[in-house]
Amino acid sequence: MGAATPAAGSPPTKHPRHLLDLAGWTAEQVHALFDTSDVMAQVMTRTIKKVPALQGFTVGTLFFEDSTRTRLSFERAARAQSADVISFAAGGSSVSKGESLKDTLKTIDAMKSDLYVVRHPAAGAPLQLTRWTDAAIVNAGDGRRAHPTQALLDAYTFRTSFPGYAGFEGVELAIVGDVAHSRVARSNVELWTKLGARVRLCGPRTLLPDELGERPGVTLTHRVEEAVEGAHAVMALRLQTERMAGGLLPSLAEVRERYQVNRARMRLAHPDALVMHPGPMNRDVEIEGVLADDPRSVVERQVANGVPVRMAVLYTLLVGSR
Amino acid sequence: MTLNPKATLMDAQDLTRALTRIAHEIIERNKGTDGLALVGIHTRGVPIAERLAELIERFEGTRPLTGKLDITLYRDDLTEIALQPIVRKTEVPFDVSGMRIVLCDDVLYTGRTARAALDALVDMGRPGVIQYAVLVDRGHRELPIRADYVGKNVPTSRSEVIKVRLEETDGADGVELLELVDA
Amino acid sequence: MTRPANGSEAMSEPHHGGDRPTPRTVLRGARLIDARGDHGVHDLWLAGGSVEGVDLGGDAELEIDARGLLATPAFLDPHVHLRTPGQEEKEDLASGLAAAAAGGFGTVVSMANTDPVVDDPAIVADLVAQAAALGRARLRPAAALSLGLKGERLADYAALQAAGAVMITDDGIPVVDSHLQRRACEYVRELGLVIQTHSEDPSLRQGGVMHEGAVSHELGLPGNPAEAESIMIFRDCEVARMTGARVHIAHVSSERGMRVVEWFKAQGAPVTCEVTPHHLTLTDEAWRAFDPVIKVAPPLRTADDVAYLRDAVRRGVVDCLGSDHAPHTRAEKDRDALRAPFGLPNIEVAFPLLYTDLVLAGDLDLARLLELLQGGVARVMGWPEPTLAAGAPADVVLLDLDTEAAVDPAGFLSKAKFSPWEGRALRGWPSMTLVAGRVAFDRAHA
Repeated sequence: MGAATPAAGSPPTKHPRHLLDLAGWTAEQVHALFDTSDVMAQVMTRTIKKVPALQGFTVGTLFFEDSTRTRLSFERAARAQSADVISFAAGGSSVSKGESLKDTLKTIDAMKSDLYVVRHPAAGAPLQLTRWTDAAIVNAGDGRRAHPTQALLDAYTFRTSFPGYAGFEGVELAIVGDVAHSRVARSNVELWTKLGARVRLCGPRTLLPDELGERPGVTLTHRVEEAVEGAHAVMALRLQTERMAGGLLPSLAEVRERYQVNRARMRLAHPDALVMHPGPMNRDVEIEGVLADDPRSVVERQVANGVPVRMAVLYTLLVGSR
Repeated sequence: MTLNPKATLMDAQDLTRALTRIAHEIIERNKGTDGLALVGIHTRGVPIAERLAELIERFEGTRPLTGKLDITLYRDDLTEIALQPIVRKTEVPFDVSGMRIVLCDDVLYTGRTARAALDALVDMGRPGVIQYAVLVDRGHRELPIRADYVGKNVPTSRSEVIKVRLEETDGADGVELLELVDA
Repeated sequence: MTRPANGSEAMSEPHHGGDRPTPRTVLRGARLIDARGDHGVHDLWLAGGSVEGVDLGGDAELEIDARGLLATPAFLDPHVHLRTPGQEEKEDLASGLAAAAAGGFGTVVSMANTDPVVDDPAIVADLVAQAAALGRARLRPAAALSLGLKGERLADYAALQAAGAVMITDDGIPVVDSHLQRRACEYVRELGLVIQTHSEDPSLRQGGVMHEGAVSHELGLPGNPAEAESIMIFRDCEVARMTGARVHIAHVSSERGMRVVEWFKAQGAPVTCEVTPHHLTLTDEAWRAFDPVIKVAPPLRTADDVAYLRDAVRRGVVDCLGSDHAPHTRAEKDRDALRAPFGLPNIEVAFPLLYTDLVLAGDLDLARLLELLQGGVARVMGWPEPTLAAGAPADVVLLDLDTEAAVDPAGFLSKAKFSPWEGRALRGWPSMTLVAGRVAFDRAHA
């Protein structure tokens, strides 16, 4: 059809070219991305779980740190839209020998991708890469700094699972555990407060520096009961056992006793509160094992939503980028 | 570049008459409404499908199934475009397998939309028959596609634009011919 | 060979720059400023590697038009990394000493954290000999405090001193073992050498790559708290007081650290300290751009720390500036924030940067800035006060305080052609540096 339809009203402001964190994204742009995620979720329910939308585009996954589940989720999201995928696991030898980030990228960039999905142990590495390539960059986790697609799928899971609060007004999210070392926590704080929710961060002082509470909409507590009370969603963070070796935590038993998200503590939360976990879970450490399988737990839904949300991210960043 | 109005091709009455004729043709060709579904292509194909379903119900007493199809994810020009189209929800709340599907749209031009719609439909299942209904066929096909039901054939030049307006989407019914001119 | 009339040991070795004789030179119409004051506009005559006098007659073999320029003793830098021997891809003596001269420096003290480490008198002697032949800035090597910078055994300080070492330091690596620090101080005291310390407690610093504070927590980069510095400064000052050795605290970066230095100075402990141009002008906010060029140790601190350091400079708590010019290859700085090495090149912009950001901004007067780069360093090192008096070494810098020019790292003489101040419009660029009466840098022909 050839009907040229003049655009009605002013076009929405253009989203940033990269997804490094959520700082440059407006709440409106995030909701538009969620609307697109709805369509992608629908595609994933069909017999043929594939659309030709990204035919002709190449997505490179550039993982300087192992994360099979995140990489697979992105690759599925790319292939479900018919994009070509180049995978580069950079955890190997060349990089550890001290090759610069720039040199590593230049080698891969010779293969011409339109977008790179980057996981890196150092905060800021995806931002550094934007200086050396014309391709769009999606941050799939950089050090402790940001993991924006995880936060997007967490918030999207909430939007699709908690009727009446899709606008996030008045929503209280509790994040419990090792906040200091968590990029998931940082990105969720950034995203949920942007959408209008309030976030309560909870953990022992060694894992929860006071400075993280300086952001508007964020409160800090060292008592898990206080964090959970009345919350609409409670997110337990993975507790890495190396933290104990590093002198940041006393025994596992003490941590479990004081900070585990469990059924007893969830009784203090909103009656319909969701239990979330970004995975991979340490059952019966930061989260009570049976609670993870409880109807209130949306852990599996979070994983499932990873694909449509990442499809929407790739679609949004690639289509219309030229 | 601006669009200058050139001629009115159809008024509200013409439009209703054309849809009425198409509704009769669909019933005749499909021998009733059994297994019949009308699927509108976003945006203006959606109200056209609804109106045809209403007309068919009035004539036959049974309302065929209807659905909405968004073909954005099936467009073949997404690598090249500079503006991102909004993806809308596809709502086809029935199994398309074995059905007699009539795709509905407002204007048939290059045929690329129809091609995308066929791909989208086929990805949902294996329809028995797919037919194609359009309000206006303006020529200039780039693919071997033709419509089974046409409201009006309008020979046009490439510098001309067909503007279909519908009550549901634009506040009034009518089809206009406009010309693209350098301002 | 020239020997300054004041008999300075430190300035007495031959400085060739080729075998031609030192030309009798006149700097016409320069405004002369040195520690004795502002002498107004004169012709400054240099001969035989020394200052001959002002407004003399006779023939000059070299005439330099210095009208509109300020002539002052070339700067001294107690803290540079010239990466030689072993890391010449980052910097070598030719590039590093040319860069120093371009920054207006006539003498620099090179650090010992090279490969091999400067813990062997033969290496010291070789560095001195190589540098003298270059005719750029003078090189005064520092030698290691511990063999191989391993923090285990004392180096042969007397032999190192005899070979030309002027400072003892493990700079780059804090001396963890307090007992070793004590013994080094005791031993070095009788030699009259200064001990310089890189004061950071490694166990508190951990893997910190930037200042620990609101910005590091927000950006998710490992933090290095100011207390890692202040705790170690306390130990180093206490050992200085205990042993009576002259201890110079390198690159004090934080308010906490500076307060500790002040506290010890007030008690008469034999300690001195320096600050760097970057710690006086940049803050941890610079990390938001995630360019590891600004990754330095100790890290860039907060705006409050910068304000405190500037105030300490004004109040005279800070003895001198030390550039801590620490070149690396661009490729090394193009690594990620965790893997990129610490240190940045700055010796070519140090004076214009501080002149623009401190003096022109009204934070510091020019005389005090010059003192920090001349007499302040000399007092820390135990060298004679640099002046333009007749008989003094003819180490002179001509400064153009008026012309504004942007920092252009591509034009650096250092091998490290990048800078956190790239593009900054600055005033106060050195237009010529003379060392031992010869032109070591001339911007017009750079």
